[in-house]
Amino acid sequence: MRRFLLIAFPYVWLLALFLIPFAIVLKISLSDVALARPPYMPQFSWDEGIGAFLSQLDFENFTFLTTDDLYWKAYLSSLKIAAISTVLTLFVGYPIAYGMARAPEAWRPTLMMLVILPFWTSFLIRVYAWRGILSQEGYLNQVLMWTGVISEPLTILNTNIAVYIGVVYTYLPFMILPIYAALDRLDGSLIEAAEDLGCSRRSAFWLVTIPLSRPGIIAGSFLVFIPTLGEFVIPSLLGGSGTLMIGKVLWEEFFNNRDWPVASAVAIILLLILIVPIVLFQKNQQRQAEAEG
Amino acid sequence: MSQTVFAPWTDPAAKPLIRFKNVTKRFGTFTAIEELTLDIYEREFFALLGPSGCGKTTMMRMLAGFEDPTEGSIELAGEDIVKVPPNQRAVNMMFQSYALFPHLTVRDNIAFGLKRERKPRDEVDARVEEMLRLVQLQPFASRKPHQISGGQRQRVALARSLAKAPKLLLLDEPLGALDKKLREETQFELMDIQEKTGTTFVIVTHDQEEAMTVASRIAVMKDGALMQVATPSQIYENPNSRYVAGFIGDVTILEGKATKLGDAYEVRWAEGQPPLRAKSTLDLADGAECQLAIRPEKVEIHGEKPSDDNVLQGKVIDIGYLGNISTYHVELANGQIIRAQNFNTERDTRRAFTWDDNVWVNWTENCAVLLDH
Repeated sequence: MRRFLLIAFPYVWLLALFLIPFAIVLKISLSDVALARPPYMPQFSWDEGIGAFLSQLDFENFTFLTTDDLYWKAYLSSLKIAAISTVLTLFVGYPIAYGMARAPEAWRPTLMMLVILPFWTSFLIRVYAWRGILSQEGYLNQVLMWTGVISEPLTILNTNIAVYIGVVYTYLPFMILPIYAALDRLDGSLIEAAEDLGCSRRSAFWLVTIPLSRPGIIAGSFLVFIPTLGEFVIPSLLGGSGTLMIGKVLWEEFFNNRDWPVASAVAIILLLILIVPIVLFQKNQQRQAEAEG
Repeated sequence: MSQTVFAPWTDPAAKPLIRFKNVTKRFGTFTAIEELTLDIYEREFFALLGPSGCGKTTMMRMLAGFEDPTEGSIELAGEDIVKVPPNQRAVNMMFQSYALFPHLTVRDNIAFGLKRERKPRDEVDARVEEMLRLVQLQPFASRKPHQISGGQRQRVALARSLAKAPKLLLLDEPLGALDKKLREETQFELMDIQEKTGTTFVIVTHDQEEAMTVASRIAVMKDGALMQVATPSQIYENPNSRYVAGFIGDVTILEGKATKLGDAYEVRWAEGQPPLRAKSTLDLADGAECQLAIRPEKVEIHGEKPSDDNVLQGKVIDIGYLGNISTYHVELANGQIIRAQNFNTERDTRRAFTWDDNVWVNWTENCAVLLDH
């Protein structure tokens, strides 16, 4: 009995906090918009019965998504922004993780702390603070003008560049920590063995260090890519009118258009797109666990 | 065909392959190696033997190029290699942890060094096959290191380090991770491979039996200095110090004062015990402090008092039965314990001696080794 409860707990959790909400969203996505509260129909009622209720559901909203090119463009643009951000985060994060793993043992907890420290402040405030840095009269432009690198202030805020900066900044720890974990486990004698067998320092890095930190690179990349794909806060605070991301579209459908059924359809498609990288991520984690076992 | 004994170290004309000249290595304030000079010859199987922290691993890492000597020079085939980085030395190392690349198959591990030389592909493949054959791992060529046993991993590491046909192969505790039986088999395999390939091997070990089995010469180290460099039998039968005598094999040490008596010395070592005679080439002043080292297998044990020299009377207090031999601990009247070993050459015979038996032990004057420090 106790064993049953232990197993039941995660399933109940999953049912209550994922499957039921998902079913509700799915139902809304199959409904029609209505000037009512809640703003969609049909509503289930016991008088009419389940058959009549189900017969009113249709895939109209999903068909609508394919007729307006805003949606697929937003999906593609989100995928592009998430992919570019992931690569940028990797290029910034890998050297940091590498430096941490090679730092003296006594320093490592401090360095780790410094990586995690930003999480102690609200994500929203930290992203908002970037507006002050990136705006026309912001600190970045002031410093660049003062040092004479530029004569005209750069327009960074409200462009995709600001979005990339925001994403790299926000998700950097998710990239650093798994790569650091992989590099920390790396046996130093493997590098020595590679050098002993004729590798230069640089080729030992490409032939041994990079392949052996690959699970960390993959894990970190997914941890950045997956949340960035549906990101809403960063593009709306730092991005401009040209920044097209599905998270923003979703928000507008829900709160500006009050078209819950279409918004739900957008959300369902986003979820389906996300399942692919999530499954790949799980596979990577599993393979790593097996290799270590 | 005349059999010539392999002993280039006795030939003054022979050129050593490796030459340590006054090498000192310090880590901060700690001196790992002090003023060490050592020659190792081609085709030797040379063992660096000592307890952990004696500097043997530092010596090996200096040969591989992972550490630079603080002072002195190291020559390989007549050239100073101190400034040569590890990837440009004709030296390969087999690591204690094996350091096999976990992401590569057995075949790719062995091919790793060859590929770095940018040799043609078929040449690399042929060499890898040859190495796989040498260590009998052909059926496992496509497996990853975590899919094979510890003994097989050890052989992959050996094949990988031999693949580039180095002038010198370094082996850092190569058999440390194997169980006893496998270790003994592998020791003979190592000797076989060393002979077949004609490579000079330098092995670091703390296992004296291993060093005795495989090595042509052994350097016994202590605190960053060489205590004795000699063949296994010289080290065992003619240790030059109490430390070496005690480090290799079992030994009973008696302390006393020497008096010259012809070509031997008489050692007075305890009140009420007869003096002991030992032949020695040492030059000791009369009354000088000395030690007598006696190996248990050289000590005979008797029920009746024999009429020879070096006879001591005592009582059996302990018997260690090891199957092939038995070790008797004989306590003398003054409390000193002498160990004596007997071979159990027959089956099922009742032991001649048992606990509390009154016995006599003796050895010939050739058998005890006189030491002055």
